[in-house]
Amino acid sequence: MRRIVLILILLLFAVTTLLSQRIVVAVMQDPDFLDPHRAAASGTYEMMFNVFEGLLKPDPNGTVIPAIAESYSVSEDGMLYTFTLRSGVKFHDGSVVTVDDVLYSLNRLKGSNGERGLSSDFEKFVSKIEAVDDKTVKVELSTLNTDFLEKFIVAIIPESNENHEKNPVGTGPFRFVEYRPGQRLVIERFEEYWNPELPKVEEVEFRIIPDNQAAIMSFLAGEVQILPRLDAIQAMVLGDRYNLLTAEQNMVQLMAMNHAVEPFDDIRIRRAINHAVDKEEVIEIVADGYGTKLGSNMSPIMSTYYREGLEDYYEPSAEKAKALLSEAGYPDGFDTKITVPSNYQFHIDTAQVIAEQLKRVGIRAEIELVEWSVWLDRVYTAREYEMTIIGLTGKLSAYEILRRYVSDYPRNFFNYSDVEYDRIIGLAIEKTAVEEKASLFRKAQEILTEDAAAVYIMDPNFIVALAPNLHGYTIYPLYVQDMSTLYYR
Amino acid sequence: MNKSRINLWIGIVLISVLMLMMVVSLFYTPFSVTEINRLERFEPPSARHLLGTDNFGRDVLSRIMKGSQTAFFVGLVAVSIGSILGVLIGAISGYFGGIVDEIIMRIVDSMMAFPSILLALMFVSVFGVGLRNTIIAIGIMSIPSFARITRSGFVQHKELDYVKNAKIKGVSNLRIMFRHILPNVLSPIVVAASMGFANAVLAEAALSYLGLGIQPPNPSWGKMLSESQVFITVGPWYAIAPGVFITLLVLGFNFLGDGIRDIREKR
Repeated sequence: MRRIVLILILLLFAVTTLLSQRIVVAVMQDPDFLDPHRAAASGTYEMMFNVFEGLLKPDPNGTVIPAIAESYSVSEDGMLYTFTLRSGVKFHDGSVVTVDDVLYSLNRLKGSNGERGLSSDFEKFVSKIEAVDDKTVKVELSTLNTDFLEKFIVAIIPESNENHEKNPVGTGPFRFVEYRPGQRLVIERFEEYWNPELPKVEEVEFRIIPDNQAAIMSFLAGEVQILPRLDAIQAMVLGDRYNLLTAEQNMVQLMAMNHAVEPFDDIRIRRAINHAVDKEEVIEIVADGYGTKLGSNMSPIMSTYYREGLEDYYEPSAEKAKALLSEAGYPDGFDTKITVPSNYQFHIDTAQVIAEQLKRVGIRAEIELVEWSVWLDRVYTAREYEMTIIGLTGKLSAYEILRRYVSDYPRNFFNYSDVEYDRIIGLAIEKTAVEEKASLFRKAQEILTEDAAAVYIMDPNFIVALAPNLHGYTIYPLYVQDMSTLYYR
Repeated sequence: MNKSRINLWIGIVLISVLMLMMVVSLFYTPFSVTEINRLERFEPPSARHLLGTDNFGRDVLSRIMKGSQTAFFVGLVAVSIGSILGVLIGAISGYFGGIVDEIIMRIVDSMMAFPSILLALMFVSVFGVGLRNTIIAIGIMSIPSFARITRSGFVQHKELDYVKNAKIKGVSNLRIMFRHILPNVLSPIVVAASMGFANAVLAEAALSYLGLGIQPPNPSWGKMLSESQVFITVGPWYAIAPGVFITLLVLGFNFLGDGIRDIREKR
């Protein structure tokens, strides 16, 4: 009898430890493509980041570190990249990564033999890809792009694989197991990962739960161990009982004012609105305090390029706002409209707070909710709007972030135009030294603030909720979930 | 006092109280409906805020009061649209009969085949969200029930002697329809209007709940319900208040409708 009890207890332990080596992560949406070179959705990259690796990979500080390449060098003029492969890196099918696989992957992106490439960046900027020996690959650019190093995080995939969509094979810490549309994507530990210390858990399931409320319920029930992208309100609902991590998400939430529409073409009006908006009040009410105040179009998480001290450039002051309004010929304010995409409650709430703040200085703002697709058509593409509130998701490259304001940039929906700004951005992209580049980008941020190009509100912090015994979560300034460093204790 | 009287009186009392609140809100609310106050977020009900405050620090009672305007307005206009068009269609169909009746009733049948909220959803997504379209959508979706009820009344009455008499005397069709028959079939239509009012309030709440009705920051009970659901553990009073008021108003009109029908059947 006693023996049976003992066996049962041991069995129970075995089962629980086995189960505890498994993590379930709630994700919002299905992946778009499993083929890493075709996938465009950040929701896909979030998961497949664990399966695929490039020559380089992003690191938590917002830069890139060697992955399949052991080391790399960039020539003086910034036109030639040389990568030396790490020895013994294996694909999930057991074969060793060779230069041929690297050439195959990069050529697939660039396009060769008359076929179109899968990446417009590679197609546009790369002129030549060649193997020097069986460990070294050289990539030559046709046009200078000092941000190009970051593009080498794209996945290296085996030439021998016939169907990258059905059977994704990479070199990452986890191996793809199965994908059931609308249900789950499962990955398991890859035993022969080049870094023997990683990963630490056996299996990860990304469970597709499109409804946030349902995801929270599953988390509370213990079915899900990680809720990756909570907002402040949901965190408030969870309370203090859980392990909550917060970080800036490299997003710039702003209120854009259409510079091509009266009266927003007048800098005094834009400055008045900047004085009228009390960002701290917005952060406290809409984000429950989980937000970082911004002053220009850059999140502090981009520490290298971030220009400090701009967030208080326009202190909240009704008097100053009113004075500027009178000066501009609108002593009694004016009527305007804030167009907000109806699927983002966060922006709708922000609009409600800002509309009230504007009312205090006499500006009567009506809130207009539009479907997301209508917003994209009318506001983002056709630029037919007065004011709008939106979050611009960050990129790793400061150039990509700031390029939005260049006069002839197709997605400059602000209709912002400034000769000096265009010149500085043009200059910055030609500099290869990081410090020179950074100081130009910081100058660009100053121009945006001084010109009151938009009302820069906040970087809404994202909050990750973890099961109490789960540790080792790494926060990235990118839309990724790194599962390799997690462990139970 | 018998049971039907009780129903009637409960309905009248509930509706009068809510209507009084609506009338008061036209002139006075305890606090501003849209003004935010960061220091008073999620205050539980107290002497200062009888129904507590919401996530913006706005007074829930004030918003409920203002929201009753939306509820009554939507109900009234939607029922007017639905009843006027419905009665017109039903009267023509029932009075003339024959091929006209067949065509109209098959169209009405096909409208009834769709769940009404789905019809309204479709209308709103095609013509855009907002108060006006919400009301039109709800009005249109209540046409079939009015048309059916009116038609059945007309079909019964057109064969009666007083109608035949009027016809022989050469009274015009229009006059017979609306001066002679309509007053005699009015009571089921009034009952239907009362029930329709309740349905309209519910439909507005449902559409606003789905984000397709009234636009912020204007308060609507359905919108408040949907906005408050995420805060149910932090500030349950915020979700309870609009829920209770929707229930009371809908209940009021249902009781009223029941009461009127009972009295009519007794006679």
